[in-house]
Amino acid sequence: MTEALLKVDGLRTWLEGSAGVVRALDGVDLEIRRGETFAIVGESGCGKSITALSVARLLPETGRVVDGSVRLGDMDLLALPEAAMRNVRGERIAMIFQEPATSLNPVLTVGMQIGEVLERHIGLRGAAARRRAGELLDAVGIAESARRLDEYPFQLSGGMKQRVMIALALAGEPDLLIADEPTTALDVTIQAQVLDLLRDLQARTGMAILLITHDLGIVADMAHQVAVMYAGQIVEVATRDAFFASAQHPYSRKLFAALPGGRHRGAALAVIPGQVPPLTGEFRGCRFAGRCEHAFERCRTEEPGWTAISDGHRVRCHLRETEPAGPLGEGRSATSQALAPAAGAALLDVQDLKVHFPIRRGLLKRTVGLVRAVDGVSLEIRAGRTLALVGESGCGKTTVGKSLLQLIRPTEGNVTFDGIELTELQGNALRRRRSDFQIVFQDPYASLNPRMRVADILAEGRSALGVLGTPEQESRRIDELLNQVGLDPSARDRYPHEFSGGQRQRIAIARALAVNPRLIVCDEPTSALDVSVQAQILNLLLRLQQEMGLAYLFITHNLAVVEYLADEVAVMYLGRIVEHGTVAEVLDAPRHPYTHALLSAIPTIEGGRERIRLQGELPSPVSPPVGCHFHPRCPDVQARCRAAYPARTQLSATHSVRCFLFGDAYEDEEGRAT
Amino acid sequence: MKLVPLWTDVLVWLLVAVLAGYAWYAHRRPHLAAPWRRVSRSNAGMASLVVIGLFAAVGLTDSIHYHPLLPGTQAGAPPVYSVEARSLLDDLLTPLWSRSEKTYSAPLAIRSYSRETVELPGGEVRREFPRLRYGGRHVADERERDRDVVLTVLQGLAWGAMAWATLAAVWVTVLARLRRVTVQTMARRILRRETQVAWIAVFVTLLVAALIVTPVALLAGGYHVFGTDKVGQDVLYLALKSVRTALVIGTLTTLIMLPFAVLLGIAAGYLRGWVDDVIQYVYTTLNSIPGVLLIAAAVLMMQVYIDSHPERFPTAVERADLRLLFLCMILGVTTWTGLARLLRGEALKLRELEYIQAARAFGVRDTRIITRHILPNVMHIVLISLVMDFSFLVLTEAVLSYIGVGVDPTMNSFGTLINNARLEMARDPIVWWTLAAAFGFMFVLVLSANLFADAVRDAFDPRVRVGQAAAEGAG
Repeated sequence: MTEALLKVDGLRTWLEGSAGVVRALDGVDLEIRRGETFAIVGESGCGKSITALSVARLLPETGRVVDGSVRLGDMDLLALPEAAMRNVRGERIAMIFQEPATSLNPVLTVGMQIGEVLERHIGLRGAAARRRAGELLDAVGIAESARRLDEYPFQLSGGMKQRVMIALALAGEPDLLIADEPTTALDVTIQAQVLDLLRDLQARTGMAILLITHDLGIVADMAHQVAVMYAGQIVEVATRDAFFASAQHPYSRKLFAALPGGRHRGAALAVIPGQVPPLTGEFRGCRFAGRCEHAFERCRTEEPGWTAISDGHRVRCHLRETEPAGPLGEGRSATSQALAPAAGAALLDVQDLKVHFPIRRGLLKRTVGLVRAVDGVSLEIRAGRTLALVGESGCGKTTVGKSLLQLIRPTEGNVTFDGIELTELQGNALRRRRSDFQIVFQDPYASLNPRMRVADILAEGRSALGVLGTPEQESRRIDELLNQVGLDPSARDRYPHEFSGGQRQRIAIARALAVNPRLIVCDEPTSALDVSVQAQILNLLLRLQQEMGLAYLFITHNLAVVEYLADEVAVMYLGRIVEHGTVAEVLDAPRHPYTHALLSAIPTIEGGRERIRLQGELPSPVSPPVGCHFHPRCPDVQARCRAAYPARTQLSATHSVRCFLFGDAYEDEEGRAT
Repeated sequence: MKLVPLWTDVLVWLLVAVLAGYAWYAHRRPHLAAPWRRVSRSNAGMASLVVIGLFAAVGLTDSIHYHPLLPGTQAGAPPVYSVEARSLLDDLLTPLWSRSEKTYSAPLAIRSYSRETVELPGGEVRREFPRLRYGGRHVADERERDRDVVLTVLQGLAWGAMAWATLAAVWVTVLARLRRVTVQTMARRILRRETQVAWIAVFVTLLVAALIVTPVALLAGGYHVFGTDKVGQDVLYLALKSVRTALVIGTLTTLIMLPFAVLLGIAAGYLRGWVDDVIQYVYTTLNSIPGVLLIAAAVLMMQVYIDSHPERFPTAVERADLRLLFLCMILGVTTWTGLARLLRGEALKLRELEYIQAARAFGVRDTRIITRHILPNVMHIVLISLVMDFSFLVLTEAVLSYIGVGVDPTMNSFGTLINNARLEMARDPIVWWTLAAAFGFMFVLVLSANLFADAVRDAFDPRVRVGQAAAEGAG
């Protein structure tokens, strides 16, 4: 098994862009052996996906391979005619993509789509093909495969679709599976299921996997070999153990340092200054030199070649030619210290918040059902503190954020901000209070109006709330805001499209700050960003909190960010908070089985956690399971879990949980604790 | 001379002012100017723009109406104006409309198309094809006609080429001055397509246009280039006058429907709820009424009003003009639904976007969100549908006039020309030139409008930009 299955040599791929030729890949070499998982990591725009597309010869029209060779076994893929290449794709190389929702044809049944591949590559038809398709669905862990074959993609959930995609990829019994961010669009518990499945299939079929990801946790979990890409080149290749023990390239080490987590609490995260250089020109010297703190004269004039550190561990860095770097920084030095509950009244107090969306049908739009997006949430946030709201997609955490700000009016419950009941405020009275609480959104590309200049974006909130001063004051204020979020004042006259993702998120934060809020709801503000940019934004948020005493409601699914930033955590499941406490209490000693499972499902670079695999997916909030919402997936389910929802059990002054394992109280029909 | 501001004239010039204002506004804003730059790089776009520009020039000179001063007024006496309203184009084309023949004559003919009884000087009576009153009068010997035509065409080609060369030279010099380079450098850049604007396409189109227009203009001095119609009017003149009608219908209709479509479409999508329901019911209802019936009913009602209030319309031109404006309105009312639907969908999408949510978190009022956030972000759709609707409307006018519910019968339009040609096609010997002229002019106008619309759509299509951005992002 030492002979290479896929061998890529000096691959150079150019893309025609409007600003000239983009040298997307500039000399990529890699080797994948049978049965091995080869992971490529790197930030967006470094050429990971283009590598995969070049290997499968699926480049967009504007792209072409200008140099290099791709050999699969003893076949030269780049020399094959397109007709022969079609046989290779599917039969020897299969691909799965990030977005399962758009990778399946919505008007064909699952069985027809798998059957197509079977007929094309194996020549199976009719009953034999159907039998084989059923076996494939069984293999990817889809129950009732015979029934599922006749279903359409819209009848399947996201995780299920990705399983079908994997089944499709396996249909041709490929030697190499290219997985391009296969779990990025999925929730952590589903991600864990899919990764398990891939590992399991690899053990059974011996196929090689080229795994493309930005998540070092997944790499630690899955990979045998790791390659780090930067600006169109692989800068470091190592076995997983060598890589995680002592990554050599300064860029790799920075990626590790930028990961948030409990060990960095209170301190600024390491950031990589600057951005990936544009790939339109030729490079003299090392491509990372401009952002590297160890760069010296030679780095800028001479391109580094490969330096072997040990067997199978190579790096492109002048620094390592003389001596290799030591091991990575020690693991968790100290877990987060428990914070004493802060004195003082709550800034925001939410009691029993409910948001129900009616489902209307028919000509007269009668209400036939309710989506219980938020179903009785209580929480409080004190000034200057951070509460993290954690949960998988669809659990209602974003709806909580929006209904606190009265962007969605709550159906029931109270939201008290600084002693004022917000749910009863209307029109101008509410408008006046709006400067106190603001929101920062997830997608920095959708959250800024592309037709407005930065100065107009920042001034909008102030003019809407009627706090505009004289033009000179406003101009000064805008400069001040841009300074606060670390942007140059010259940014004011530019349009959003001229900025990178991280810079846009800074503008979005500045926009929120413009009206001097006391509370900011951060709705996944970093999940669309690369690790190094995420670190910058987290540093900024932390600094602003320390300087201005802001309170944050931090909505996220990333527990590492929670560990780094939050004081308290609330874990949501299907519209309710199931566990609530300080970061130390919840993350280090989780009590609720769901919190346990959530924590264990997250791939971490430390690894070694006991895994609890959840079955199934989040049920629909239209018809939540009777009793405890979590009982169909719970490993510790009891008979009474199916009958009633557990009431809140107070474990300590700050720690509460809703589970019968810790208390007997339950909620009656009206939601009162009994 | 006393100006007569017709309704459509005022609106046409208003539109020109709005376009000029938009050009100035967009010029200073990079995100608005960028797609237009892409249009200016497209060969087909620029070539069709030149053709549309020529048509627009004809239409605009035909959109300044006035009562001409009557000749023979005494000096010092109060001026006396003619009762008829004429346009600037009429004055420029005086030789064309003032030289009416008796009836049909073929293109470039010097004799009539139908036999007449002529009394010879000797008292003898004969039936023959008489010489035309004006067409080919300068040709003494009939056998000389072909030679004369060829010579005139050659002369026209030479003049056209010279005029084009002069214009091109002046233009390149001006460009060179603006860019502060030598004329040679500028010319080289244009030839190598290194400029922002596809000047080659512009110059080539202008050359072709010059080589067609000048010979025709020279020939029109002595002949009827496209023949004459039943009452002896020059068909070239009729076709040129029809250009204005087509342009007015194509642009003013959109201008009239735009407020409906934009306002109602965005309101439905953004406000949702009962507003959405009401607007949707309105346009569903409107769409269910057969459009031609609605238009016919409205136009006939208008005609009744015009006929019963003759005192309000001193000239036939004004009467026809009001009917034209009314036709634009009724077409606008029946065609706004398509765009409104499109904009409703877009507003539905935009209202969920985070920058709109952020604006709502600031308590920004709905009207302001619509004008500041939604409107600018749907303008590309409005623009695309505006240019694409133009050719549709020009063709619709022709169809409506053909079935008799279009413009006033006294108004020149491609539709009325075709309507007249209907009977001529059945005549023996056949009169084909009216239809051919109308067809030719309309074809060129609609084709260039479609090509331009394509170029605009390509430039504004967000998917094109996404593709480029993805290619850049992947690098």
